[in-house]
Amino acid sequence: MEREVQRVRQAFLSGRSRSLRFRLQQLEALRRMVQEREKDILAAIAADLCKSEFNAYSQEVITVLGEIDFMLENLPEWVTAKPVKKNLLTMLDEAYIQPQPLGVVLIIGAWNYPFVLTIQPLIGAIAAGNAVIIKPSELSENTAKIVAKLLPQYLDQDLYIVINGGVEETTELLKQRFDHVFYTGNTAVGKIVMEAAAKHLTPVTLELGGKSPCYVDKDCDLDIVCRRITWGKYMNCGQTCIAPDYILCEASLQSQIVWKIKETVKEFYGENIKESPDYERIINLRHFKRILSLLEGQKIAFGGETDEATRYIAPTVLTDVDPKTKVMQEEIGPILPIVPVKNVDEAIDFINEREKPLALYVFSHNHKLIKRMIDETSSGGVTGNDVIMHFMLNSLPFGGVGSSGMGAYHGKHSFDTFSHQRPCLLKSLKREGANKLRYPPNSQSKVDWGKFFLLKRFNKEKFGLLLLTFLGIVAAVLVKAGYY
Amino acid sequence: MDPFEDTLRRLREAFHTGRTRSAEFRAAQLRGLGRFLQENKQLLHDALAQDLHKATQLDSAFIRKEPFGLVLIIAPWNYPLNLTLVPLVGALAAGNCVVLKPSEISKSIEKVLAEVLPRYLDESCFAVVLGGPQETGQLLEHRFDYIFFTGSPRVGKIVMTAAAKHLTPVTLELGGKNPCYVDDDCDPQTVANRVAWFRYFNAGQTCVAPDYVLCSPEMQERLLPALQSTITRFYGDDPQSSPNLGRIINQKQFQRLRALLGCGHVAIGGQSDESDRYIAPTVLVDVQETEPVMQEEIFGPILPIVNVRSVDEAIEFINRREKPLALYAFSNSSQVVKRLLTQTSSGGFCGNDGFMHMTLASLPFGGVGASGMGQYHGKFSFDTFSHHRACLLRRPGMEKLNDLRYPPHSPRRLRVLLVAMEARGCSCTLL
Repeated sequence: MEREVQRVRQAFLSGRSRSLRFRLQQLEALRRMVQEREKDILAAIAADLCKSEFNAYSQEVITVLGEIDFMLENLPEWVTAKPVKKNLLTMLDEAYIQPQPLGVVLIIGAWNYPFVLTIQPLIGAIAAGNAVIIKPSELSENTAKIVAKLLPQYLDQDLYIVINGGVEETTELLKQRFDHVFYTGNTAVGKIVMEAAAKHLTPVTLELGGKSPCYVDKDCDLDIVCRRITWGKYMNCGQTCIAPDYILCEASLQSQIVWKIKETVKEFYGENIKESPDYERIINLRHFKRILSLLEGQKIAFGGETDEATRYIAPTVLTDVDPKTKVMQEEIGPILPIVPVKNVDEAIDFINEREKPLALYVFSHNHKLIKRMIDETSSGGVTGNDVIMHFMLNSLPFGGVGSSGMGAYHGKHSFDTFSHQRPCLLKSLKREGANKLRYPPNSQSKVDWGKFFLLKRFNKEKFGLLLLTFLGIVAAVLVKAGYY
Repeated sequence: MDPFEDTLRRLREAFHTGRTRSAEFRAAQLRGLGRFLQENKQLLHDALAQDLHKATQLDSAFIRKEPFGLVLIIAPWNYPLNLTLVPLVGALAAGNCVVLKPSEISKSIEKVLAEVLPRYLDESCFAVVLGGPQETGQLLEHRFDYIFFTGSPRVGKIVMTAAAKHLTPVTLELGGKNPCYVDDDCDPQTVANRVAWFRYFNAGQTCVAPDYVLCSPEMQERLLPALQSTITRFYGDDPQSSPNLGRIINQKQFQRLRALLGCGHVAIGGQSDESDRYIAPTVLVDVQETEPVMQEEIFGPILPIVNVRSVDEAIEFINRREKPLALYAFSNSSQVVKRLLTQTSSGGFCGNDGFMHMTLASLPFGGVGASGMGQYHGKFSFDTFSHHRACLLRRPGMEKLNDLRYPPHSPRRLRVLLVAMEARGCSCTLL
């Protein structure tokens, strides 16, 4: 393991990954890989999650292609130094922020969207000029294998490598030193990753999870609301970190919501859901059994059918759920609990008593109510009157807060995450006379002049600026002549 | 005369040429449509309002900067007021509640911060806690929503490890050995003035002070007398009696620094006085990389000079070591300065001067690698202490467009979706 990481570090130190042209080349190669080997990639995802071609394409591949295109278009601008506002003391100098690569980045992928959640961070890391070690999730083994097979065929083999393995290999990997660790997964492992990173003072981005609440107000179009919730909840068989995890609504709405979701499920997946090519399966037996156990003692409004042989769990809705039960403690799965609350106040309290979620959803025609819900809660992100969609807009940073994670990515946020924004000030060796102001022996008048120059900013109107410059020159001359 | 005939004929003829059939053409058209929607939001909104009093708007997407909650700021002793209050300003500006843990080593400031500062702030949202390493350890067992730490890398690791248990994000402003490359193409006196001022300021107890000099033996020959001249001019013939020279904060640090005086050879200074915790502005030469003075951050008024034969050797030397908080390069040649800049990594960089980059609030201040993570000052402070929450507010209308995303899916739909996605600009809204 150490040797592998060393090899990648050596490759980074060669400086090859830094030039804009190289980064663009690699991104273009990645794009070609996705387009030329689309069939293989879709087949791998299908094998892992029983996902249809359409779903795999629209949920994963499209996002990857979109992200690459976005990078290709904008990277030339992003890599340039950004000049900053100067003050009087630095008026004649060059001052700017120069983004630079961090070095060797470790990306640990997740199993639920095994392709995009590994490749989208990779795109950002490459764009920022780093070398990358990718550790796909071993649970989605087909995708892990295809990524390991394809990447070396298209990308630089020394700068970007794939290491596959389970808990043991990942633990070994985490003992090594990286310049950034990007982890997508659960809270418990997130803590382990951060602790390992702390030993090397490695910064981390942790994309974790949580129970994303979904508040449904009386004042909304329930038909539309339930369609949107159904879509977001049961996509990928509920195995989505930003799925609407549970519903909060007034008790009077429960039966309507149940009915409408049931109808929508029928519309989406047909009478015999098992036969629908658009409905996925649970990733493995362990998760299957775990989700099954969440149903114990619950009031199943509809759904609840399971088939262990195929790891099938029907889209399920639970009503009158007791917040203390297991289903309200864990996340991920096609089970939608409805927790009745008296009003929006109680909903807000309920949400705030719990860990900050990755996403928060609120459905209402009442804009004030939506604003209130956002103002009085905290979450990674928010979508109002829909679910999931804030993930799709890469101008929005995607990430968690509190136990749902730290850091963010997507689009330029990825570039920023994987860069060091280095402040640079370039002065000249001339005009040493002006510096006499700051050199000892000190005097009160020097302090006063210092305050005057330091606290003024460069953005006064032209006349004020000229006056200040004139005064500056006068001061410098006086100082040089020994008056101070 | 039919007013439409010409137009319709024109369009029909164009269609017959087959131009609209290719995917590229359709994608270009969709892209154009996307740009139309993007660039004319206000116009469309106003028009809709005028026509139908429709509150219909397109989606709105924005980032809210929200306070994290409870922030812990752990401050150091070297600039005890500045390095406590500047982060505090950021945390308060971002709307957080703050627990301040000033350094127990700078006792007088600690007292003022504990007794006087709370009177000026809302006490329900602000507290000062006191204590040494043990108490700080206890403090770190609690859960915070953000931790801002300024101090040594060793303690930085402890802070981050403690934060990991609660998944608390951190900013760590640490330290390192800040290299100061002096090119042959320089005026030694100017360089000596600037380097000496930044090195001996606050008796060298500055995280961004030039820690050691890298230069050729020839430059060293010219630099030494220049440094001596500067030091005499700044602090007089008896620096110990100069009011402009600081003292070492405590005995422990003093003893540590005094031991470093034994490394290499003393070219300038080298005197010390235990009763006064005074160490003279010192320059060391002939130091080996393996000696303690080149292994730990000096944090004192001692400046070792290490010889290199070229810029390449200097860059190689720097890159072999941990990434420093600051990097300095002195040269008349802007090419040399830029080379140092592009071929190394450090928190910040200043060409031809000391830590002036810190005085510009428009520049972020922070480390990289072992010198830290995160940045602050000015707007960067506000951003550091805020959670950037992505918000997308969709309108309940336009549900027909959403139908594209709902199952059951067909191959035909995939093709439509692909074309829609080609027009990436506003396809998210369409979806």
